[in-house]
Amino acid sequence: MSKNIILCGVGGQGTILASRLIASAAMKKNLPIKTAETIGMAQRGGSVFSHLRIGEDASTPLIAKGTADLIIGFEPGETVRQLPFLKKGGAVVVSSRPVMPVSAMIGKSTYDASAMIDYLKQNVEHLTIVDADLAAQELRSSKTLNVVLLGAALRSGELGLDEPEIIESMKERVPEKFWELNLQSLSWSK
Amino acid sequence: MHKEFLMGNEAIALGALAAGVNLVAGYPGTPSTEVLETIAKRNPGNVYVEWSINEKAGMEVAAGAAYAGARTLVTMKQVGLNVASDPLMSLEYIGVKGGMVVLVADDPGPISSQTEQDTRTFGMFSKVPVFDPCSVSDAYEMIQEAFEVSEQYGTPVIFRATTRVDHGYEALEVKDENEYKKNQPEGFVKDSSRWVIFPRLSVKNHALIEKRNAELSDTFSEYKRNVILKENTSGKKGIATHGANYGYVLDSCKDQSMRVLRVATPFPFPEKLALEFLEGLDEVLCVEELDPVIERALTYVCGKYGLFVKIRGKKTGDMPLSGENTLEIVEKAIGKFMGADSDVCHGEDACSKDMADKNQLPEPPALPVRPPVLCAGCPHRASFYAVKMAMKGQKTIYCGDIGCYTLGNAQPLDMCDTCLCMGAGIGIAQGVFHTEPDTKCFAFVGDSTFFASGITGTINAFYNQADLTLVILDNSTTAMTGHQPHPGTGRTVMGQAVEKVSMEKVLRAIGLETVETVDPLDYKLSVETVKRVAAELGVKAIIFRSPCIALTKPSGRSKVDTEKCIACGKCIRELGCPALVLGEDGKKAKIDTSLCTGCTLCEQICPVGAIAGGTKNDTAKEGAKNE
Repeated sequence: MSKNIILCGVGGQGTILASRLIASAAMKKNLPIKTAETIGMAQRGGSVFSHLRIGEDASTPLIAKGTADLIIGFEPGETVRQLPFLKKGGAVVVSSRPVMPVSAMIGKSTYDASAMIDYLKQNVEHLTIVDADLAAQELRSSKTLNVVLLGAALRSGELGLDEPEIIESMKERVPEKFWELNLQSLSWSK
Repeated sequence: MHKEFLMGNEAIALGALAAGVNLVAGYPGTPSTEVLETIAKRNPGNVYVEWSINEKAGMEVAAGAAYAGARTLVTMKQVGLNVASDPLMSLEYIGVKGGMVVLVADDPGPISSQTEQDTRTFGMFSKVPVFDPCSVSDAYEMIQEAFEVSEQYGTPVIFRATTRVDHGYEALEVKDENEYKKNQPEGFVKDSSRWVIFPRLSVKNHALIEKRNAELSDTFSEYKRNVILKENTSGKKGIATHGANYGYVLDSCKDQSMRVLRVATPFPFPEKLALEFLEGLDEVLCVEELDPVIERALTYVCGKYGLFVKIRGKKTGDMPLSGENTLEIVEKAIGKFMGADSDVCHGEDACSKDMADKNQLPEPPALPVRPPVLCAGCPHRASFYAVKMAMKGQKTIYCGDIGCYTLGNAQPLDMCDTCLCMGAGIGIAQGVFHTEPDTKCFAFVGDSTFFASGITGTINAFYNQADLTLVILDNSTTAMTGHQPHPGTGRTVMGQAVEKVSMEKVLRAIGLETVETVDPLDYKLSVETVKRVAAELGVKAIIFRSPCIALTKPSGRSKVDTEKCIACGKCIRELGCPALVLGEDGKKAKIDTSLCTGCTLCEQICPVGAIAGGTKNDTAKEGAKNE
């Protein structure tokens, strides 16, 4: 089995934890795993991404354009930015909630998030849109969007991993008092 | 042995621990920081670790310990090596007794740096041997070998990785603690003919260094990480590469029978191995990032031995001269090099055909522009805004520096007119003053940067009669690189509580008479202070002290009273805080409660008092009062 997965969003959205959960779940299945992440200046509200490569044949953690099996998008515009990496027929899981850049708020740039969702609908067959606002409302927390998206990614069938491994990894990394919330978040998109 | 999922920098740290490192020093800088942090976290208990105040201090501490027979590691980013270059240049002439590895993280791109300098070139310049790992697992093994080479040849060695290795992750087998090498330092043995640098010693040692590096070139030709793949191929074309690019080359030429040279030790260059590689080839493409180091070395080898092999790469326009390489760039360059007729690699035609099969996308809508910005509630925003308002209408220059506060350059604050390198803002402000004395000169510097390299500039300004306002943005941490302690924090990376170095006392000791400390989140007081202090003559300082938002928890978020809000947009337009957004009506302000930290700056500038409810907890207030 080999899978190329991209996680993308805006600095501070929790892409790194999601990437760790996938990696540790892959290790539980004894699969080779390589990843690359954005760290540093870009974390301050900039575009961030993680590349994950699971399986034997990766010589580098970076994914070539047109070869990703799955994109887990934490933000609509950032997902469109990474779309050239998706292979033909690949899956996209995307949060519907935009993060407005400061430059757009002060009128120095424009950003129309609904156009991003439309673009994804037109160009991705295997698309799951996660209503992040509804999820936050029902879960009474906006902090577990990463786990909600991970759940939707599991159900896309392109993650190449199973729920028990993800749950086990989550329990290793998250304090016990948050397990229940994270379990609910993981199955929210069911 | 056991398996762990590790970041490259963590693997380097564990490799150093496995090699029995006794002392580790360094200064934080992306992408190098996690090496020292991991050493501190995974310290078996017998390793001395410190965040030095700058790279020069770290280099000297590590050198001293290596004189005494300790195995030492000093960590920094590429521009940090510029700061540490003085001791390193001389240290190479003196040498070491214990193994000493200088870890330098290069930043092709650059992603978080001022320059795209290549430490392989610095190795050649300083005559220090260089190791260049290609992956996380390679780095883990290689750093252990680097200690051996250093000790065997009595020279410091540079271990130079780049972002994709430093910040890549892999699952790999690492040693258990009981498998770590134990190194018992012999102690310093007095010998002034060895440890005291004088011209006579330098002349003698220079010759020895040149002789040793010639020997090392031969040794490195046998080194298992300098490899030739597919040596017996009948093809006439070969690829020479290094570091993270080795992975890109392997990935680009999976079904390829092309000869590949991987150079793991760019200096001294493994000349004999290069000759073997060149044997029978017509053309070589050098796939390199940053400087054309291998390209120059191979061109030299061809000239020296009279070989008729074309060496292509950056200097021939076949590879980009700057920037970080990507899989696409490498794949395309190799495709072009192999020619469209080639079916073994992705020739250009094959490549574009592939792309057509992959995913043809129409032009997307305008993508959001996201330059990095100061966090919501960042006290630096309040400091910059106070200075901006206080100095409105006056002729000013705002000299910035390296750290989170460089982001004060972004709109709408626009409070960073210059930025060069660590501590430089203070000197730049002096130069501008001596040229344009009617300009109100400000130098902004962070707390960690002040201790790293701001003090000498301040003494220079005071002694040489400059007129400027030094603004220290003290958020009680080294924030940009992930919250390392510094002399002003009162703790060390070993976890000791130590006496804080007081900036106020340092400034007063230099001779500054006006040194004012103020909480930037008190907007009115901040503006008044700036107006008063900036009007004085000579060198004076304002310390804006308020902890980084990552260090305190908000206790109450601000809220906009939509009844009172007059939709003037001042808060959004003037502060540029990520937590301030337009509400559902598209006119009135709204606060994103998931981002707001309750700093209350927007409450204080709202002309109609429509924003309220933000509170900072007590630790934040104490932070401002602790002098």
